[in-house]
Amino acid sequence: MGKYRGKSTTVLRPKTTQEVSEIVKWCNDRRIGIVPQGGNTGLVGGSVPLKDEVILSLSNMTQVRSFDPISGILVADAGCILQSLTDYVAPHNHIMPLDLGAKGSCQIGGNVSTNAGGLRLLRYGSLHGSVLGLEVVLPDGTILDQLTTLRKDNTGYDLKQLFIGAEGTLGIITAVSILTPPAPQASNNVILALPRFENVLPLYKTVKRQLSEILSAFEFIDRTAYDLAVKHGQGRALSEDEVEGAECFVLVETSGGKREHDEEKLNTLLESLLEADEPLINTGVMAQNPAQFSSIWALREGVTEAVSKEGKAYKYDISIPLSTFKECVDLTRERLRSKGLLSEDKVKAVMGYGHVGDGNLHLNVVANAYTEEIQDALEPFIYELVASHRGSVSAEHGIGAMKTHALHYSKNEVSVAWMKRIKAMFDPNGIMNPGKVLE
Amino acid sequence: MRPSPARLLNILVPVKRAVDYAVKIRVNAQQTGVDLNVKHSMNPFDEIAVEEAVRIRERLSKEGSEPVTITALTIGPAKSVETLRTALAMGADSAIHVEIPESAPAPEPLGVAKTIRAIVEKQKEKEAVDMVILGKQAIDDDLGQTGQMLAGLLGWGQATYASKVELDLEKKNAVVTREIDGGSEQVRVKFPMIVTTDLRLNEPRYASLPNIMKAKKKPVMKMSPADLNVSLEPQIETLKVTEPPKRVGGAKVESVDELVEKLKAAGFTAV
Repeated sequence: MGKYRGKSTTVLRPKTTQEVSEIVKWCNDRRIGIVPQGGNTGLVGGSVPLKDEVILSLSNMTQVRSFDPISGILVADAGCILQSLTDYVAPHNHIMPLDLGAKGSCQIGGNVSTNAGGLRLLRYGSLHGSVLGLEVVLPDGTILDQLTTLRKDNTGYDLKQLFIGAEGTLGIITAVSILTPPAPQASNNVILALPRFENVLPLYKTVKRQLSEILSAFEFIDRTAYDLAVKHGQGRALSEDEVEGAECFVLVETSGGKREHDEEKLNTLLESLLEADEPLINTGVMAQNPAQFSSIWALREGVTEAVSKEGKAYKYDISIPLSTFKECVDLTRERLRSKGLLSEDKVKAVMGYGHVGDGNLHLNVVANAYTEEIQDALEPFIYELVASHRGSVSAEHGIGAMKTHALHYSKNEVSVAWMKRIKAMFDPNGIMNPGKVLE
Repeated sequence: MRPSPARLLNILVPVKRAVDYAVKIRVNAQQTGVDLNVKHSMNPFDEIAVEEAVRIRERLSKEGSEPVTITALTIGPAKSVETLRTALAMGADSAIHVEIPESAPAPEPLGVAKTIRAIVEKQKEKEAVDMVILGKQAIDDDLGQTGQMLAGLLGWGQATYASKVELDLEKKNAVVTREIDGGSEQVRVKFPMIVTTDLRLNEPRYASLPNIMKAKKKPVMKMSPADLNVSLEPQIETLKVTEPPKRVGGAKVESVDELVEKLKAAGFTAV
């Protein structure tokens, strides 16, 4: 994003867990800071050195250690790229339980360290559930081997959970054991145009009830985000009369075991939506072939790319009650307007999109340039807004270097104090990813 | 002057259900063909043909002139009706399904062209077809002959590999821009005529939900090759289908000498 620039002089690329362990031990003895780095696709500066730390890149650790096609349990080195793991399990009719825009570069170790969410969370849950075991090099060089492949294991504290989402501040994940679900035999998607945001929630309720187990994504894109995606050529746009009067869009994806069954359910749903006395939707389109399927997804997934093409982005990845999605976007826009910042040469657009199913809103502000004025208008305003709804200031992007100062908006003093105690216990010398997560 | 009576322009769009282009093709174990137990969709060139027919109607109805009827046609097993529903959802008014058994061999272009001719002749009795728009080829067999054969069988003019179609209803002809090597060519063809579509002609639309719903209620007429008195028995026998040889990975060499040595070992010599 061009926001962070490291000052490291050294990158180490170990090939084995043993090598990682030796490096970490050496650094710990000499009090040298280490920044673990995966695909470097994080959005909050978690993988960027703040001073002159050594970068420890996992990108040379790319072996799949084992895969059991019956249980679907995959054990792989941390440096495996998500897409290559997807390709690895595909012939066995399995898929990775997570999928995100950066899949071609991000690594599984980084995904776990940041507890990445993404597009399949609604269906397959968070990594806290699908990760079955981890191999971690602790800050003193000890190898913590919890690389088990058990679905059930109630034997004492579940230490691995501490490393999921710790962003490399407690140790370095070197291998992951993860449960991969069977690949759906049929997928379909539709994009629906809604006249009012207020319809999103009743629509979600209806869709959930009617599609039940085949619902695999329910994504929300407001009009500004849609227009921006179309402007920057992300996916094929709907025709003009279809988008007319639409305040926002919803993308619904189904994945199931039998095409006819899924289509019947989807068709019944769409019929009931269109024929309702007070329809929740204006209209919509349904993919007729895989090309259109990806094109419809591109309208949603491409928003991120479109935003970066349009200008400099202030990105807020927040968890808030579904009913407040629009309010938050509107209040932020109003705030910028009242400060006189809403103009072509300052803030070009304020938009919301994200995972309705997970209560996760991506609130994006596109500006011409990063300026203090805009920054001050947005923060702590947005954080306070989120805190007022008891939301999370970072739903899936993490804290990294960017949001350490905002942690207290989502976690109270007692929680932060205990986090600090855990950090001090694992890493008394503070060498692991210094300056991240905790101030 | 008294306005001339409204005359319908009747367009017939033959479409084929083919293995989707995004699917990775695999040869079956018996080496008699490819694995067909995969995602199918409308042949992309036919999708362009349906889109063009719908656009022609949109253009003409805007000017308040004669309305256009669009009939989609397919030859294939029961599942092909899905392809017709897609055509109907995109805007075709009605459809004809010439059904063949699931186990029947894939029809060849001559058989297909004769079937289309039979339909055209049958339609003459009520609404004579003025124009047949179809894909320049199907992406499964890549034969690319049906349009031309049909033109020959019917004795109609043809404009193949079209990238632009402009109609003149007064003069009853169309000016078609064709894709040719290194450029394009404009031809004028009289009605009734055949157009085969090329990639640049248009970009097919999404099927909107209201139209998908409407499509379910549009009529699909079923018939068999026997009803049309045509035979779809193949005249060609497929002996064997094989996959291309697997690409062998490259290797790094340390020096130019080593490279030359390897090239020599592989049988390459200086010219």
